[in-house]
Amino acid sequence: MIFLTIGTHEPFDRLVRAVDAWAGETGAEVFAQITDRAEFVPQHMTYVNHVDPAEYDARCAAAPFLIAHAGMGSILAALKLAKPIVVLPRRGHLNETRNDHQFATAQKFGTRPGILVAETEADLPQRLSQAQALVAAGTGAAGPISPTAEPRLIAAIRAVILS
Amino acid sequence: MSKRVLAVASGGGHWIQLLRLKPAWDGCQVSYVTTTNGFRADLVAEAQAKDLPIPGYWVVSEANRKQKLRLLRQLLKLTWIVLRVRPHAIVTTGASVGYFAIRLGKLVGAKCIWIDSIANAEVLSMSGQMVGPHADLWLTQWPDIATEDGPAFEGSVL
Repeated sequence: MIFLTIGTHEPFDRLVRAVDAWAGETGAEVFAQITDRAEFVPQHMTYVNHVDPAEYDARCAAAPFLIAHAGMGSILAALKLAKPIVVLPRRGHLNETRNDHQFATAQKFGTRPGILVAETEADLPQRLSQAQALVAAGTGAAGPISPTAEPRLIAAIRAVILS
Repeated sequence: MSKRVLAVASGGGHWIQLLRLKPAWDGCQVSYVTTTNGFRADLVAEAQAKDLPIPGYWVVSEANRKQKLRLLRQLLKLTWIVLRVRPHAIVTTGASVGYFAIRLGKLVGAKCIWIDSIANAEVLSMSGQMVGPHADLWLTQWPDIATEDGPAFEGSVL
């Protein structure tokens, strides 16, 4: 099942509503995590407020692709599994985050294969179809990333720890 | 004697980035601080599989900048943790819990390392801006954000 995750705390009804409409139109099966402060009630998706880390990992592993806010936890989860991810950045001017850092994140990471950025909810259906096409073609995302940070970063931190 | 390291991050993306830095404290006595109990099982399982000591694990309340009471609870618990662990070094990827950890860490003479989240590609996080003068190593993960006066760029968690 496709996994929609919006982060632990802040609701993101704009994304949940758009994916729900898409699921209704296409019949795609989506499992959604929507937080306990969500106001929109999905009609076409299975949903929960929270998932614990073990379930989160299992849902990501079982999903053909992920749909998420442009949070680094979600993006790193997709990169780790080499799965496509469709992201809609939370926006500062809509009070979905403090500033527009998710928009910047989406722009920086949107150049990677398999990371599909919807700038607005209007772009979502097209990005979701692209993700489905990538999965169907079996040419999803770039290969899985290394499990650890860049060696030079680790070395710089280790040097200070041991100093 | 191996160094005591306190590795600190709130749940979610900050935590995942922290774990990607784990080789930096190989061989040290590490204690983790985060905002949920949910990551403990994986750390214990990994330590057992590698026949390593089980790392310390502490949970503090989740808080954002608007939740003053929660921030206070986070600070109090963290004070207790820092006094108990007496770390030689503190490593954090944020957010508020990392800021507090570094301010407290300096009071007990720990080396303090701040790695700003890779999510902050255009401006440093608010905590990251405030913590800079207090950190022994103050890093951004984006070269464009680095300046001569800090933060520095030494690569990223990817």
